[in-house]
Amino acid sequence: MLGIPMTTTVTTEAADEAPPARGLGIPTAWRPYLQVAPLTAVFVLFLVIPILTIVIVSFWDYDSVQVIPDFVLTNYQELLGSPVTWKIYLNTVKFTVLVWALTLLIGFIVAYFLAFHVQSVVWQTALFLVCTIPFWTSNIIRMISWIPFLGRNGLINQTLINLGIVDHPLEFLLFSDFSVVLAFVHLYTLFMVVPIFNSMMRIDRSLIEAARDAGASGWQILTNVIVPLSKSGIAIGSIFIVTLVMGDFITVRLMSGGQSASVGLMIANQISLLQYPAAAANAVVLLVIVLLMVAAMLRIVDIRKEL
Amino acid sequence: MSVSSASGVELIGLVKAYGRTVAVDHVSLKIPPGSYCCLLGPSGCGKTSTLRMIAGHEDISDGDLLIGNRQVNGVPPARRGTAMMFQSYALFPHLDCTDNVAFSLKMKGVAKAERRARARELLALVQMDRYADRLPAQLSGGQQQRVALARALITNPSVLLLDEPLSALDPFLRDRMRAELKRLQTELGITFIHVTHSQTEAMALADLVVVMNEGRIEQAGPPQEIFNRPATAFVARFIGGHNVLTRGPAMTIRADRIALAPAAATEVPGPLSLVGTVQSLEYHGASVHLRLDAADAEDFGVVLSETAFAAQPLTVGAVVRASWAAEDLHPLGP
Repeated sequence: MLGIPMTTTVTTEAADEAPPARGLGIPTAWRPYLQVAPLTAVFVLFLVIPILTIVIVSFWDYDSVQVIPDFVLTNYQELLGSPVTWKIYLNTVKFTVLVWALTLLIGFIVAYFLAFHVQSVVWQTALFLVCTIPFWTSNIIRMISWIPFLGRNGLINQTLINLGIVDHPLEFLLFSDFSVVLAFVHLYTLFMVVPIFNSMMRIDRSLIEAARDAGASGWQILTNVIVPLSKSGIAIGSIFIVTLVMGDFITVRLMSGGQSASVGLMIANQISLLQYPAAAANAVVLLVIVLLMVAAMLRIVDIRKEL
Repeated sequence: MSVSSASGVELIGLVKAYGRTVAVDHVSLKIPPGSYCCLLGPSGCGKTSTLRMIAGHEDISDGDLLIGNRQVNGVPPARRGTAMMFQSYALFPHLDCTDNVAFSLKMKGVAKAERRARARELLALVQMDRYADRLPAQLSGGQQQRVALARALITNPSVLLLDEPLSALDPFLRDRMRAELKRLQTELGITFIHVTHSQTEAMALADLVVVMNEGRIEQAGPPQEIFNRPATAFVARFIGGHNVLTRGPAMTIRADRIALAPAAATEVPGPLSLVGTVQSLEYHGASVHLRLDAADAEDFGVVLSETAFAAQPLTVGAVVRASWAAEDLHPLGP
């Protein structure tokens, strides 16, 4: 009878001593919140506060010399009521769609070549690095380098005239929608190649053999196996392209020679005229549109398995 | 279900070379129609390359391949009348079971309703009709395998090729699927060619066991023949249950045809016996497996029935005389 309570006491004491004192006196319930606190602080400081500031400023008033804290809807009314705005938004969407279609086509072909036609890993890595070489210089330099090539007396026009193919220099080559789209495609195709290549490399090669075993032709393998299994890569690449092109202003300014406009360019102009509230309203509208486009893409493709 | 007819498969001097390494070295083999053939051997023996050449997923370096008396070198996989079941099952992760099974019909342009109905018949054949709408990731290994089997069978192949079909399953499931494979083969009556490195699997399933080593066939025959009359020392060692005697001409003696008796360490072994120490002892239920360490035969295996062992129990370290009858000795080829 005596032995049993004694044993119990000993066990309890041992259990009390067992966990090391590492809590620093912080209640257990708080610990997870403390653990996520640093990242939350970063997001609040660098994402939430700036966006809230823009949203707030978009409702302020302004005149030619100052910005007046207020709550007015005039910025949005002027923005959405002007046919110029609509034209510029449409123009930006046009660039985005063209660039998206071209980068998708080129990016898919390049990724397919790298993933399925290049057999050795060494060559795959080498060619992949070759794709990244343009990124060793700045975007601006890469854009400007097109100018002597495409210009009125540039390399292409001179060559075409010397060969007798055309009598007059081709005017559409530079400072046109053509040159804007060309520069965009040149700048951003890699953003399409990388995610598509990545999802293609995850496709089990025996799936392709299984498809061939089932009698699929090369084209059928592409449309029934490779494209569906590359979807998440295509979606991620598309998000990159859409956000980059929708928000761009420098490429449009440089490559169109001021003849074309984009929303980004419009915002930049408003800022240079110190019309901060108008620029902020424009930025909010652009943000909403881009978010809607991204949401639409995520509705079609589930990219979670890729992350 | 439409019944497909079985085809025989004939390999004539088949060679597969990768650069300078020869994976399959002039292999000739005749597999009768409707038989269950197992290609058996250690990894790297060329059995998988042979299977992949038959399937058409590997080019034939030299020699001829006949399926149903038709030369098929260079014929695309889908037009050989074969279907392959891959080791990793290779189910399409973006398609549900029905669409996976219906895949080859879709490639042929069969209408959706028709091909899905047919796929469901095949899923019922492998008892997977309840899971028809699931994606492969939502299935267990054994279930994935059944779907892969249904997908291979939907083309009505006359030869089904199976690449290590049971190796990814746990032992319990492996035994059940093994029985299932045999049942399907008997039911469908088509030729099965099954690659495996497990001699138990080959013995249990095959009508024709083909033991391969270093790209060549060591022996091909019914399992009884392989087990009772191994042609080479490699075959005897690989299929197990045999002791290869190196004293004099190469002979084998089955481990379950040996009698043990206690002996003195100094005893001199006769022509039909050896003296050794019991090194290990395993109880397997119906039988007891012992390993002896002897001067002229290290790692000598003996299988005793439980009754025989109980009549004369031994312990590890005991010195015994192992003896056998002259008629149980089997001479090996060169």
